[in-house]
Formats: sequence, C-alpha cells, structure tokens
Amino acid sequence: MAIISIAGVSKSYWRDSLEIPVLRNITFAIAEGEFFGLMGPSGSGKTTLLNLIAGIDRPSDGTITVAGTDVTALSESMLARWRATNIGFVFQFYNLMPVLTAFENVELPLFLTKLSKNERKERAEFALEVVGLGDRIHHYPKQLSGGQEQRVAIARAIVADPTLLVADEPTGDLDKVSAEEILKLLERLNTEFKKTIVMVTHDPRAADKAHVVKHLDKGELS
Amino acid sequence: MIILKLILKNALRHKLRTALTMLGIAVAVSAFGLLQTVVQMWYLGVEASAANRLIARHSVSFIFPLPLAYRDRIAKIPGVENVTYANWFGGVYIDKKQFFARMAIDNETFFDVYPELVVPKDQLESFNRERNACIIGEDLVKRYNLKLGDIVPIDGDIYPGKWEFVVRGIYRPRDKMTDPSNMFFHWKYLDEQLKADWPERAGAIGWYVIWISNPSDAPRVSEQVDQLFANSSAETKTETERSFQQGFIASAGAILTAMNFISFVIIGIIMLVLGNTMIMAARERTREFAVMKTLGFKTGHLIGLIGGESLIISAIGSAIGLALTFPITEGFATVLPKGWFPIFHVQTTTLILACAAALLVGLAASLFPIQRAVKTRIVDGLRQLG
Amino acid sequence: MKIPFKYTVRNLLTRRLTTGLTVIGIALVVFVFTAVLMMAEGVRKTLISTGSEENVMILRKSATAEITSIISVEDVNIIKALPHIAQRPDGKPIASGEGVVIVNLNYQKGKGFGNVTVRGVTPEGMTLRPQVKLVQGRMFQWGSREIVIGQSIYKRFEGVTLGEKIKYGGDLWTVVGVMDSDGSGFDSEIWGDVDQLSQAFGRLSAVSIVLLRLDNPGNFDDFKAALTKDIRLQYFDAKREKQFYDEQSEDLAFFIRILGTVVTIIFSAGAMIGAMITMYAAVSNRTVDIGTLRALGFRRRNILWTFFVESIFLALFGGAAGIVIASILQFFSVSMINFTSFTELAFKFAISPGIIFRSFVFAVVMGIFGGFLPAVRASRLNIVNALRST
Repeated sequence: MAIISIAGVSKSYWRDSLEIPVLRNITFAIAEGEFFGLMGPSGSGKTTLLNLIAGIDRPSDGTITVAGTDVTALSESMLARWRATNIGFVFQFYNLMPVLTAFENVELPLFLTKLSKNERKERAEFALEVVGLGDRIHHYPKQLSGGQEQRVAIARAIVADPTLLVADEPTGDLDKVSAEEILKLLERLNTEFKKTIVMVTHDPRAADKAHVVKHLDKGELS
Repeated sequence: MIILKLILKNALRHKLRTALTMLGIAVAVSAFGLLQTVVQMWYLGVEASAANRLIARHSVSFIFPLPLAYRDRIAKIPGVENVTYANWFGGVYIDKKQFFARMAIDNETFFDVYPELVVPKDQLESFNRERNACIIGEDLVKRYNLKLGDIVPIDGDIYPGKWEFVVRGIYRPRDKMTDPSNMFFHWKYLDEQLKADWPERAGAIGWYVIWISNPSDAPRVSEQVDQLFANSSAETKTETERSFQQGFIASAGAILTAMNFISFVIIGIIMLVLGNTMIMAARERTREFAVMKTLGFKTGHLIGLIGGESLIISAIGSAIGLALTFPITEGFATVLPKGWFPIFHVQTTTLILACAAALLVGLAASLFPIQRAVKTRIVDGLRQLG
Repeated sequence: MKIPFKYTVRNLLTRRLTTGLTVIGIALVVFVFTAVLMMAEGVRKTLISTGSEENVMILRKSATAEITSIISVEDVNIIKALPHIAQRPDGKPIASGEGVVIVNLNYQKGKGFGNVTVRGVTPEGMTLRPQVKLVQGRMFQWGSREIVIGQSIYKRFEGVTLGEKIKYGGDLWTVVGVMDSDGSGFDSEIWGDVDQLSQAFGRLSAVSIVLLRLDNPGNFDDFKAALTKDIRLQYFDAKREKQFYDEQSEDLAFFIRILGTVVTIIFSAGAMIGAMITMYAAVSNRTVDIGTLRALGFRRRNILWTFFVESIFLALFGGAAGIVIASILQFFSVSMINFTSFTELAFKFAISPGIIFRSFVFAVVMGIFGGFLPAVRASRLNIVNALRST
C-alpha cells in the first residue's frame, strides 16, 4: 500500500529572472514500511525532493500525498502541525540545539503535543534507550561524538512516533564505524518498529541497506 | 589600495548591522553634544565677561544694596575709567513663568561700560528723555512681539507696586555670547518712586560695575575698593566680572558635574555598541583572517583592516551624530521655558570634542578584535567553521 | 510558549561577551533614567517635607520666592488678627513674621561660595516647625547675636563649627547649635532671632513672610476668603505651606526631569540599537536552529516569540542591574542652587516603588523595540534556506 504518492511533481528555483529547473515531472510511489533510498550526483535535486516529501518546501507543480493527506494543499501553519505528527527528520549535520542536553533535544518535539511533563520524560527516555544512549542523556551535543549526536538526532526523530522518517545523508559526516552503527539502527527501526524510511545518500553502503533504490539525475528519476 | 577596498567591502557585508552600528554611534554622539552644550551654556556668562570690568557688590550677598554715595569714591581710584551701577528689579511680567533680567541702571554710564549692548543713537536719546522709558533686547522683541512705543507693565515684588515702562530702545548684542533678552530702565525713576513710598530704601544701588583701563590692574583696584568700605555698615566684595559669574556657577556645581559625568557614560555606551559589533565581526572572520595570513598578509595589514573598518564606521556614525546635534539642541531649547537659557547654541569646541571622542572610541573598539586576530594561530583559525 | 524557556535563557548565557556588553549598555541607560527620576524625586521630597499640612504661608502676590517678598510690620499685625488662626495657651496667635535674606558662605575645600538662606524666626516659628530638632549644641538665645545652622550647612561649608562666628550685617554671629529637620529644606538654612536680624540689616519695618497655623486644616478656604476680603491685604496671598514648597521645587524638578528625559530618550535609542544588533546577530547565528525547529513542526509565531522573549530578557537583566546600581545613589546627598529661591538646597536621591516600576517598564520597552524586528526576521526565514546555511 502506497503511503507516499508523488504525481507529476516539478520544482524550479529562480535566480534573478532566470528559472532553474531542479525536478522535472517526477511520479512514483513508496509503500508503507519500505526502506527507500534516493541516490544521485551532487545537484541532482535529491535533497529538494526529500524536502518536498517532508513538507518543508512546496513543488512548483504536481501533488504529493502522504498517508492520505495531500500535503501540497496544506497551508503553512497546517503543514507545521502535520510535520510535527507525521515526519521525523534526520540531518547530515545532526542539527541538534547546542544549548540543550541530549535528553532535552529529544524531548523538544513533544512540546508540540499535549503530553504532560512526565509523559514526555517517559517517551524521551524510551527513544534514547532504543538508540542505545541511555547513559548520556544529560550531556550537551558538544560533549558527544558524531555518531552519538546522530543517534540523539534519530531518537528525536522517532520520539513523536511519526508516520515517516526522512533522512538526508545521515552518514555523510561520520566515520566508517559510526556510519555502520547508524545504518544498523535505521535498519532496526525499519524491520522491528516498522518505520517507513526515505533516505537520500551518496554512500553505497547506505544504499545497500535500503530495499528500494532510485536514482535522480538532472531532475529525472530512474 | 586593496586594504581600503577590503575594508569597505567588509563593512558593507552586513549592511544592516553596519548601519545600525553607525546609527547607534550617531545617537550617542548627539546626546553627548546636547549635554555638553547645556554645560557650556551655563558657563556662557563667564565667557561673556570682559577683562576690563569689575563687579563690586555687598560682601554679605548680592541681595543687600550699596549706597549710591560710594560711586564717587570708587571713581577716584587710579586706574578706574568709569563706574556704573544697576539694581536687580525682578518683578513679574505677564506671569511668573516669563524669565528675563530686568534691571534699573544709570543711563549716563551703563551703555559705555557695556559696549556689547548696541543701541542706535537716536533710540538712546529718546530713552534718556523719558523717565519711565526702557531699552529691551531684540530677543524680547521677538518673544513678546514688542515694538518701540509699547508699554511693558511689571508687577513689582522686590519693589512692590504696578510699574509701567515704555519701550524707547532696542539693543542688539554685538557678540554671540551676549544675552539678547535683558530689559533696562532708569534707576532714577526707581529711586524717585522709592523716595515717595519707601524712603528708607532710596539712594541704594544693587552693584557697581567698574571699568578699568588696564585689566592687569584688576587685583589692585579690587582690593582698594574693598579697603575703602571695610568696617563700614555696607562692606563690599569686588572681583573681576569673570570671577563674579563663576561664583554663580559654583552653586550649580552638582548638576554640572552630573551632566559631565553622564557625557562620559555616553562615550562608554558608544564604545560598547561599536565594540560589540567589531567583536561579532571578528568572530565571524577568524577563518578568513587565517586564510589571509596563509596568503602572506602581515599583522600590519590585519590591523589596518580591522582598525580601518572600525574607524570608518565610527567616523560616519559621528558625522551623522554631529549633524543631528543641531536639530536636537534646537528642539531641546524650545521645550525649555523661554528665558532659562537665552542663548543656546552648539559651540565649536563641543563639536571637536565629540569628534575626537568618537574617533578614539573607533580605535579603542578595534583593539580587542585586532588582538584576537593577531594572536590566533593560523591552524586554529582555519579550523573554525565559517 | 511552546519552545521551552531554558532554550532562551541558555542561549543568552552562551554568547557571554556579546550578551554582557548589551546588558551593560541597557543597564547604563536605565541607570541614568532612574538616577534622574531619583534626583527629581529627591528635590520634591525635600521641599515637600519642609511644609506642613497645618501651616499656611503668607507672601506678597508677585513674589516668586521668600526673599523677594516684603510684608510691612503693620500688615503682619493685620494678618495676625485674621480668623481661624490657632492660638497659644495665652491666647496669642501662632503666627511667625519672618525675615529671609541670603548670605554668602564659602564651601569647604575652597570650592567657591554658595548662597545660604538666613531666616529670622520667632518663638512661634519654632512651634510651627516641630520636625526641627537640635542635634548639636543648643538653641540660640533670643535677643542675642547667636544663630543655629542646618545639618547640611554644617557639613558643606567652612567656618561654621560650634563657637565660630560668621560676619554679616556689620556684626559677628556665633554658631551655637546644629539643627536637623529630617531631611527637609531647613537643613540648608541658618536661623536667628528675627528682631536681631532686622536690626542688623536695617530692615526694621518689614519681614518677608508670615507663617501661621490654622486652628483646623479644613478651615483653609475660609481663612483665605477672609484674607482676600480685607482690602488692606490685597497684595498678599495665602498658600498651604506644603503647596508653597511644592511650587518652589517645580522649576528645579522640571529642569532635572526635562534634561534627564531628553537625554535618556536619546540614550535609549542607542541601547535599543545595541540590543537590535545583538539580536540580529543571535538570529543569524542560529539560522540552522531556526530551520530545524520549523522542520520539527514549530510555527513561525513560536520562533518569533522565542526571540522576542530573549530580547526582553536581555532588557530585564540590564534593567535590574541599572536599577540596583542607581539605588546605591540613595546614600549620597547632593547640594545645589534652587533656581526659584536662588539659595542652596541639599537633597538626597530618593527611590520609590513608582520609580522602580517605571524603570523596569522603560527597560522592557527598550527590549521590545530592540528585539521586535530581529524576531520578525527570524520568523520569516525560509526553512530550506535556513537549513542549508552553515
């Protein structure tokens, strides 16, 4: 069952008066529970496509439906609300709040829910357990290694139990060993916890872990 | 020159931040200008003093009168060319909020001793002919829409009663620092009325103004005058006009000190605002400076770059601030009750002081960033993420 | 506020130098603002406490100050016969005809001279001012050339210690006591026997003012009506003593306030600009944070609020610091010339809850104006661009 449907999506950017097309008429679907990998050279538009799926950018043309909702039709504030419950983000550079501890970073998305303080604590602690960081929760990002930071980021991404995990080059900044750990973790989230994952990557080892891999080149999918 | 180009480009990089910094400096400079102007205006009386004039007043305080009879005795002292006198009249014109000096003077000698009060000859003659004539400053003409022939009614307090004076002359101040808002009338007229109503107060004047031919005679003549009347019922205290004026200012000391102090606080604020910006700029560019060092730029170049940027920002900000000082000072003068500061304009020294201060600050604010840029090792600098 | 508070506070604490500089800037402005208010309040308090509710001051209508007022001895007697004046046990009215003059005394440490009020009082005058107490020496003897001086005169001027003599009115006057009037204007005066002073200054036929006590403060209007009706007293005016002194402080307090307000407004523009620069920098340093928060689902307005609050916090820190430092001024007293009476007036900086409140509001307003635009910019960032910037 397709959880994500992308139909006729195009995206262009404007530089001065020049239109630069990034994506051309993309159509495809991603099934529920799938581990989907998107590869392509630099500038191919894969991050752009990811951003569109995640609802942080709008296509110039076409529609994107995620879990039954046409995200392209949502207003900005509705999109924000939608993202909070449906999307979990994992970035290449982790993007943790430097002034919050690991625990507080993971707790952060829960402030958008109506959970009580104790409920938030439970969930955050659980998420951190899942990623294997139960003992570091009160450390600040700068006290953690790259691999640990990414794990915190992943915990943050899953803490609100989103429909979809979206990862942009999750291993891009990590060494071989940490990268392997992160990929194993993502795999586990997919097989054990049944999370749908859409991942953009350069890394062939990452691509290996994915079930389905598509290539984007010059804005076209193959 | 590449350094200049780099300075300008860097300053323009963060247009908003640079603009705000300049604005911050401009604001502080104009505040400084205003405060200093207020302080200067206070001292104006001192500045307007003539070296040839001495003031002799009652030694106890200026509110006690001196006998008219003293005049001739003072005139006989060697070195004294002319002696005139005046009484502070006070009273109320229209209401208690209208401030300007009202004095009874000796029409024969007063304007000789105060040549900076320029009265057209025909007006002076007309003034001399009428008992209750008065001469007013051109500022009063403007303020109250008066012209020759108008009546000026004063409700007396020190000298009670309803007084009326006719405007027969208008004086123009010769110098920038002369008060253009005084009113003078005949002491003879005052004395006449006193003889009728309060005879025991007649024959007395407020203070003597002594014109000496040689300013260096001042100490000797002052002493001689006081000697003449020592141990009498009305002892005198004679001093130069400048010193007399300074005496008044001493009592406002606290406020003047406060204002001067605040002026320096302002300089401090300028430094903070500019320093803050320069530090932020330096932090951002740690990597850049490291790169420049690898390219071969020397410490001197970096100092020129950072210092130059700081100076340019400071210079432009100050220029704007100086330009703003004028309208702000004018605005302030209009808010004050008329007559508190009859003369209120920005002096050149204030402008120069403000400039100097701002430029100094420009240099000082760049010290910390320069030190940082110079000390950071290339390796550490390159490591920094933009 | 969806974004937790600790995020705001910790961000302020992270950029310590920049935050510190901005806080100091705001603190300085608030300090000046508060100090000016305290100065004006100090002047007011001193002068107002000089007057009592029960007392009424009679002066010549056109006089702006006590020294320019003249009341002849005959008129004093007419005034004393007016109704509603409180009486001594022996039936005499509690009314004091007092002569006020100015003498010059030298400041200590050779800082020039000041104008000091010398007041010739009567025994009733002492009754009318119960707040005046002698703290050193003794009261002067009536009929002698002895005087007592106020605390502030004792502290600031030279040649006025107990036993020393001051020269004026063709005679020497011996200082026999120092009086304390609980911080009111009388601390800056010299008192002596009015008859002695009038004699010395050749002003036997007149005094400056009449101070009297009403039998009941509520009878002021009736008393004033009686005075107005008497045609012989047409040149005189009656005021409650408190009101008189309030008016005496008007000009000086006004000047202080006006100068202070103008200067502070200009300053505050400077501080706001400083705050703005800091907040803009904060925004640009945290674009990735902002992008991430938006991606996580936080709304534009959450972002706006969080930066706005940060700016207000900055201002509150600065405000608190400025107020605390300003409050230290309470321990200092200042002396300067009161424009209206032309004489020396000593006063303390006085703080009040109203002043503290106003200063805080002022600080917050600076924070609001300084932080608003940067906060708006933060909220307007495009998510994708924000995430891309590193």
